[in-house]
Amino acid sequence: MLAIAFYVLAAIAVISAFAVIAARNPVHSVLFLILTFFTAAGLFVLLGAEFLAMLLVVVYVGAVAVLFLFVVMMLDVDFAEMKKGFLQYLPAGALVALVLLGELGLVAGAAMSVPVPIPLASDGQAAVTNAEAIGQVLYTEYLLVFQLAGLVLFVAMIGAIVLTLRRRPGVKKQDIAAQVGRKRSEGVELKDIRPGQGLG
Amino acid sequence: MNPSADYVPFVAWPVEVEWALMKTGQVLIIMILLLLTLAFILLFDRKVWAAVQLRKGPNVVGPFGLFQSFADFLKFVLKEIVIPAGANKTVFLLAPLLTFVVAFIAWAVVPWGPGIVIADLNVGILYIFAISSLGVYGIIMGGWASNSKYPFLGGLRSAAQMVSYEVSIGFIIITVLLLVGSLNLTTIVESQAGGAWKWHAFRIFYIPEFPANILVGVTMIVMFVMFFISALAETNRPPFDLPEAESELVAGYQVEYSSTPYLLFMIGEYLNIVLMCAIMTILFLGGWHLPLGSIEALGLSPFWAGALAMLVFYVKIWAVFFMFAMVKAIVPRYRYDQLMRLGWKIFLPTSLVAVVAMGYYVAFLQPASAGVAP
Repeated sequence: MLAIAFYVLAAIAVISAFAVIAARNPVHSVLFLILTFFTAAGLFVLLGAEFLAMLLVVVYVGAVAVLFLFVVMMLDVDFAEMKKGFLQYLPAGALVALVLLGELGLVAGAAMSVPVPIPLASDGQAAVTNAEAIGQVLYTEYLLVFQLAGLVLFVAMIGAIVLTLRRRPGVKKQDIAAQVGRKRSEGVELKDIRPGQGLG
Repeated sequence: MNPSADYVPFVAWPVEVEWALMKTGQVLIIMILLLLTLAFILLFDRKVWAAVQLRKGPNVVGPFGLFQSFADFLKFVLKEIVIPAGANKTVFLLAPLLTFVVAFIAWAVVPWGPGIVIADLNVGILYIFAISSLGVYGIIMGGWASNSKYPFLGGLRSAAQMVSYEVSIGFIIITVLLLVGSLNLTTIVESQAGGAWKWHAFRIFYIPEFPANILVGVTMIVMFVMFFISALAETNRPPFDLPEAESELVAGYQVEYSSTPYLLFMIGEYLNIVLMCAIMTILFLGGWHLPLGSIEALGLSPFWAGALAMLVFYVKIWAVFFMFAMVKAIVPRYRYDQLMRLGWKIFLPTSLVAVVAMGYYVAFLQPASAGVAP
């Protein structure tokens, strides 16, 4: 049963990953990418890593891919036009692919020569839940790495804000503090107007 | 996932088959219950709205208009499905289906009573959070596939809005998780047993814990209110219904939808609202627990105790939905920049401070026995 589930999920993941690069419509590409993320989460569940699976869905499917989709939908780019000179990137692309393949082979070969048993959460030795197990090592053993990762993200966030924030003069903008802090005496003025005469 | 070892099947077929049949039955019962709830909660919504505006509301079909939703349902199903000429057909039809399915599968982990739950996941609250974050795809896909300006604008608005408020919802959930010490929804409800003052929203009245109850109580009541407002934004309810603001965008992402696809969108939308009501009940209002005393103390048989627990939970969902309906009736719509400001500049910092406050409580003030053992 587990094997059937694995092969079905793995097949969907591979096919949809291929469809990401094969689809003509970029929006379809992103939708297939989302399907790939989702099936990857399913594979995590089969491994007994349900916490990671949920995080994958929350972070990648729920937030990152939404922004992808958002941007791709808003871009008005003629992708057929862009793909015209597509083949001229072949040498560079092939080089990257070769390097990746070589690295993959290296890692696989090293792992084969020294078989490291991968401990599965579903093996039964785990008395604690997923989330606890991760919490126990993340905030003790890997505290420094965790903090550094947070710092990198923080810097990236500030960078994004700095790049997009601009203050142009002459733009009408709402100042909430000024609005809320306004008093009646500043906003309303009562005038006694005589009939037949304007405000003068 | 697997049937337990000491389980004896009724008939001589494999345990797996019977387990699968049993789960299918449970799913069907919950689905029918939810669809019936939706039929009447829709009517309730319109009736509350009408009462606030001194109207009668739907009152023609059946006594007090009770069968209005069923008449609407028939009308939706029997009408012709119109697909716009330039629409991306597959995505156009996939969008309402996705909204509908995603709205249902989140209910798999909702505990209706002690042990009355389809799948008692250890990461239950994360599962709900993950699934409800998928809901945005139905809207954004529908908006894009319609190949029309208003739906597209509605879809974009809703994508930005839902992603923004998910952040604060996530932090609010974390405060509750810190207090309880578990991601399991049943455990979260069980930790609020013993009376209304133990419910997270009313923790300030839990006097034995004085003075720590002030910190927890104030944080929790603020989190409850913020969760309520974020839930309004997350489900595109008024006053945050900008994705379908009829005065600006006709009807937002669902302009081009008709008949059954539109019905699926509407069911998904309302089901998400009811789900938010259920989550609020579980996280802050004590789930199936009675405000005074406990169901176990009544000495009922297990069947009736379970039924009473479900009834209590159900009544609480309706009570929270009443607040949703009242907000729709009495609060004017927000402007889009105000909405974004509220989400990012007010809710996000406040919920972050609340996470720190709850962390302080758990680390230094919480009695060692209080945290629920994993």
